[in-house]
Amino acid sequence: MPADFVPLLLMLVLATGLALTLLLAARWLGPRRANPVKVSTYESGMDPIGTARQRYSVKFYLVAMIFIIFDVEVVFLYPWAVSFQEFLAAGSGVGVLVVVTIFILVLAVGLLYDIKKGGLEFD
Amino acid sequence: MDLAGAYEGILFDVAGGFTLLLLMTAGVVCIVWDIFSNDDPVLPVLAAMTCVVAAGWEVRGLDAGSSTAFYDLIRAYGLTSYINITLLISALVSIVLSVPYLNRIRRGYGEVYALILFATAGAVMLASANSLVTVFVGLETMSIALYILVGLVRQGGGGIESALKYFLLGAFSTGFFLYGIALLYGATGTMILPDLAAGFEARGSMMLLFWAGVALFLVGFLFKVSAVPFHMWTPDVYQGAPTPLTGYMSTASKAAAFAALILVLYYGLGDLAATKWQTALAVVALVTMVGGNIFALVQNNVKRMLAYSSVAHAGYVLVALVAGTGEGYAGAAYYLLIYSFMNLGAFGVMALLEWDQKEGSEQTIDSLSGVGLRKPILGVVMTVFMFSLIGFPPFGGFFGKIAVFAPAIEAGFTWLVIVGVLASALSGYYYLRVLYVFWMRPQSWSAPQVQAHKFPVPSLSAAVLVACAVVLTVIGFVPVVRDLPMVYFDVAFTGGTP
Amino acid sequence: MNPDLTILLIVLLPAAGAVLNGLLPLFWPRLRKHETVIGTVGTGMVAVPFVLTVVLFVQGYGDPHVATFYTWMGAGDFTVSVAYRVDHLSLIMALVVTGVGALIHLYSVGYMHGDRSYWKFFAYLNLFIFMMLNLVLADNLLVMFLGWEGVGLCSYLLIGFWYEDLKNSAAATKAFVVNRIGDFAFLLAMFILVREVGSLDFATIFAGAEAMSQGTISAVVLLLFIGATGKSAQIPLFVWLPDAMAGPTPVSALIHAATMVTSGLYLLARLSSLVLLAPTVMGVIALTGALTALVAATIAMAQTDIKRVLAYSTVSQLGFMFMATGVGAFFVAIFHVVTHAFFKACLFLGSGSVIHGMHEVEHSLRHKGYRGAFDPQDMRTMGGLKRFMPRTGRTYLMATLAISGIPLTAGFFSKDEILFKAFEFGLDGHAFAWIVWAVGLGTALLTAFYMTRSYMLTFEGAPRWPRADEVQPHESPWTITMPLVVLASLSLIGGFIGLPHLAEKIGLTNWIHGYLAGHEGHPGPVAEAATQTHVGMPAEVGLILLGSAIAVVGVWWSWRFFACHGLGGDALIQGRFKGLYRWWKRSYYWDEFYDRTVVRGVIGGAEHGLAPLDVRLVDGAVNAVAKAAQRISDCVRRLQTGVVQAYALAIVLGVIVVIALIVS
Repeated sequence: MPADFVPLLLMLVLATGLALTLLLAARWLGPRRANPVKVSTYESGMDPIGTARQRYSVKFYLVAMIFIIFDVEVVFLYPWAVSFQEFLAAGSGVGVLVVVTIFILVLAVGLLYDIKKGGLEFD
Repeated sequence: MDLAGAYEGILFDVAGGFTLLLLMTAGVVCIVWDIFSNDDPVLPVLAAMTCVVAAGWEVRGLDAGSSTAFYDLIRAYGLTSYINITLLISALVSIVLSVPYLNRIRRGYGEVYALILFATAGAVMLASANSLVTVFVGLETMSIALYILVGLVRQGGGGIESALKYFLLGAFSTGFFLYGIALLYGATGTMILPDLAAGFEARGSMMLLFWAGVALFLVGFLFKVSAVPFHMWTPDVYQGAPTPLTGYMSTASKAAAFAALILVLYYGLGDLAATKWQTALAVVALVTMVGGNIFALVQNNVKRMLAYSSVAHAGYVLVALVAGTGEGYAGAAYYLLIYSFMNLGAFGVMALLEWDQKEGSEQTIDSLSGVGLRKPILGVVMTVFMFSLIGFPPFGGFFGKIAVFAPAIEAGFTWLVIVGVLASALSGYYYLRVLYVFWMRPQSWSAPQVQAHKFPVPSLSAAVLVACAVVLTVIGFVPVVRDLPMVYFDVAFTGGTP
Repeated sequence: MNPDLTILLIVLLPAAGAVLNGLLPLFWPRLRKHETVIGTVGTGMVAVPFVLTVVLFVQGYGDPHVATFYTWMGAGDFTVSVAYRVDHLSLIMALVVTGVGALIHLYSVGYMHGDRSYWKFFAYLNLFIFMMLNLVLADNLLVMFLGWEGVGLCSYLLIGFWYEDLKNSAAATKAFVVNRIGDFAFLLAMFILVREVGSLDFATIFAGAEAMSQGTISAVVLLLFIGATGKSAQIPLFVWLPDAMAGPTPVSALIHAATMVTSGLYLLARLSSLVLLAPTVMGVIALTGALTALVAATIAMAQTDIKRVLAYSTVSQLGFMFMATGVGAFFVAIFHVVTHAFFKACLFLGSGSVIHGMHEVEHSLRHKGYRGAFDPQDMRTMGGLKRFMPRTGRTYLMATLAISGIPLTAGFFSKDEILFKAFEFGLDGHAFAWIVWAVGLGTALLTAFYMTRSYMLTFEGAPRWPRADEVQPHESPWTITMPLVVLASLSLIGGFIGLPHLAEKIGLTNWIHGYLAGHEGHPGPVAEAATQTHVGMPAEVGLILLGSAIAVVGVWWSWRFFACHGLGGDALIQGRFKGLYRWWKRSYYWDEFYDRTVVRGVIGGAEHGLAPLDVRLVDGAVNAVAKAAQRISDCVRRLQTGVVQAYALAIVLGVIVVIALIVS
């Protein structure tokens, strides 16, 4: 059975490799022109030193949360799409389609609710 | 899996999972409705009707044998129907009591009713779980809906604090729960409850993995039913949450978690080295009964007192599960039904008495002096609820206690039952104290008290509370309610007319 | 109709009446004024069960038919069901309860007219009928006990119905407390039976009786008898019944004459085959009955309150019934229960009609400015009422003749049968039966005398109330007189259901004997003592003649005596018996005796012995426990800090403990 885990191992190696490659590539290939903002820790203009109790607009979290939720839900569609071919071949494609339609409808209701209640209006 | 036949049994599956699907659909409908007609007063009616229809459907399933649906993911009919009816009654009563309450505190959001439906759907899923995945999904659906409910209709600072505490600790315990499921899967290679034992035997050497999984898994349940020492969130959350929803949390979510625990113990673990988990549950039951009652003694706020009392009642139900016999599981199911009526009733009465500015969460027991004389209907039904909670004959609580304690004695846990009886004798002190204040203290005329006169008792709420009290008074004399769960575990009940 | 359904309706309709009459006016005060509605519901809910019982009777439900409705409780092998048993015995009792009950309900419609708590009265009365039906129809002792306690409760509520008067509530409390003593014995008997037989239903008890030792059976029967002395007002527990007359008169008629007080007899008859196994206790029962009959009859001689005379007469007649029980003639006891229900209910209702009339007199007197004392129940202020209330007078006379045992009236047949059975039992070699027989004869003479006295003082002679020429009572309305007429007719002809043995010679049979005790090879619900000797025909004729003669002499003598002397007759009797008369008048100082010994003993003991013990030891222990628990609780509540990290820590510790327990 260890053979079953070979793809997993490959995936692990690839992911680590890709991450390392990108980081190193940036170091080797990128031009370095330092300025005060750029040398700061997050390179994003955020000051890492000082009080942690900075105020943000709560909308920021709201948008972030909504993004994550829909993002994760959409990821569910990938495995479905992959196996849809098999179901289609076995003759129960309609059933599978109905099920996923219900799933998307529920998501749509959530989105609709979100929009109507003003969850996406930043101001 | 046979892909060709994947959707052939769908009609049967839909029938088996009808309650679940109906509650979910109704919840979605409520949300959509609320989008277009904000806080429509029709929503609670819709939600209540849904519960009634679903309960009617489940009554049909009471006599049918237990079967599974949706690829063995859920269990339908039989015991599941019995528990589902308990859950639906709890939801229905909570909805009816919530409407005037939430309108009064100006929190009559339409989402509340959708969330109650979602929470009930989660509870139903939990109570009909036949797979570890279903247990987890049901538990989370229910819990998340409850977190939102507690936070949504918050009043003052207490509500938000209790919502956050509930969420944090809930998430914390879910971590253990999920870890337990993972270990169990690792040790058995299956998620389907009835296959767990066989899977464990087949893998042979996974002793430590399996039992550690069981332990963590149990912890998740013990948190939900608020057994000591996993109970500490209970008083804070119950006190801060809106009172009718507290009633819902203390009955439906607890009943559902217990139902799933019963299913796991009966179908999943079976006779698999029962002494191991019996010892653990017995210890937890012991500290829960003693702890819950002792904590409750000194509380000065009735909601908080009832929270600790619900901890103690979880201990009584655990005693029945410790027995590990069909009678024990059946007794637990019966007790949960009766417990739902009395706790919903007690919280329901308290919801109608919050005439001080603090909306109940900090109301002291002394401010309730002479309520029984001023509002006789509430006084009388509260008397029934309190006596029933004590376990005083002829009220339902008495018969319930017999049903949970008797199997434990038969299984040889006499010491545990003795502690339980002593603990429930102790409980008489704080329950009777409420009645003493209600009836025997002279009415005081301090400022918040005068407001009490302007405090109406909605007739529908009163009717529901009276109905609960009547049910508690007669339920002990209807043996079929007690004997029904026995049948599901193939236990021949003694006596009784066919 | 399905018999089970019929039985259910018979039992539940009165309960429904109680609920309707009790709850609706309670929550809807406007209903309280609608006396017609309340009265109709109350009466109907008893009349319909009566009709249904008659249907069962006519259809001939005789072989025990047990209708089980549901299992009340079950623990191991011990189960108690709510089950009703219809056999000849319970049918007869149910007929009496519902029949006489319906008549008395009808009577109350008129009698209670204008009372502030009219609705409450009918609710209690219906509740009483429900409880009484539970008592007589029960198939096991526990359901019977439920009814037994229930009728006790209703009796308490109704004696103290006019509770504004402290005297009435004291009487109610007395009745309740005295009955509790008997109930306690009943409970003990049940405990023994549960231990010995393991069941409380009658069939199992009878089947298990053989296995019990003689001593156990005697103990059970004795305890049951003590229970019966409470409810049926026998020595030593009879003191509550005369005081119970504080209640409204229909209550006295229904509860304290016709039905509830006979439940002790019913209990013994129901368990007759058990009683027969304890011959020693039977002697005790018969002698107690005889003594009670004699004592109560002598007390009744000296009473001037019309209802108290009837109350002591009831005690005395109940004594007769216990005599029958003690000589093993259970069916005769039940026979006398039936006939007694007829004539005693008639007498009480007649006295109620009289009191109704005297109230009217009192009212008119007050109206005319009369300020003196006036007791509407005192026979000394009555007299000559025959003229004003002819129907009441006639029916009262008929019932008086019946209770006195004038030949061919109902009382004649049943009382004679009791004396005959006692005689027969004596011939059979039981010496105590001779005493019983002799006392019975003497008491019969006394009965005829004092009952005729009450009639003479009330209805004959000249009116004795003040300003009698101006103020006159009127006959009561038909709702009051109609039940009187029915009951009086029954007291005249009701005895023919139990013809004496002699009648077999002319081809007639004793119907009630066959009905209750069964025939050869087909036993009925009531057992009877087997006698070896049979009284010969000449002796039997002689006994009947002796009985008739005693009744006729008693009535005739009393009639002449009071017709001649009027109220002065009492003084003559008093002069004759002197000290003894004072004892009669004060009921043998029985109440004073209990007051000095039991009541003061208990109260004194409680005050000086138990109260300090209670305060220091019991309360002290309870308080100490409570304080300890509070202190523990105060300590542990500090664990509940409100800090969420601490809660999480507790969860982690719990996880560790649970894992340790399971994995180890």
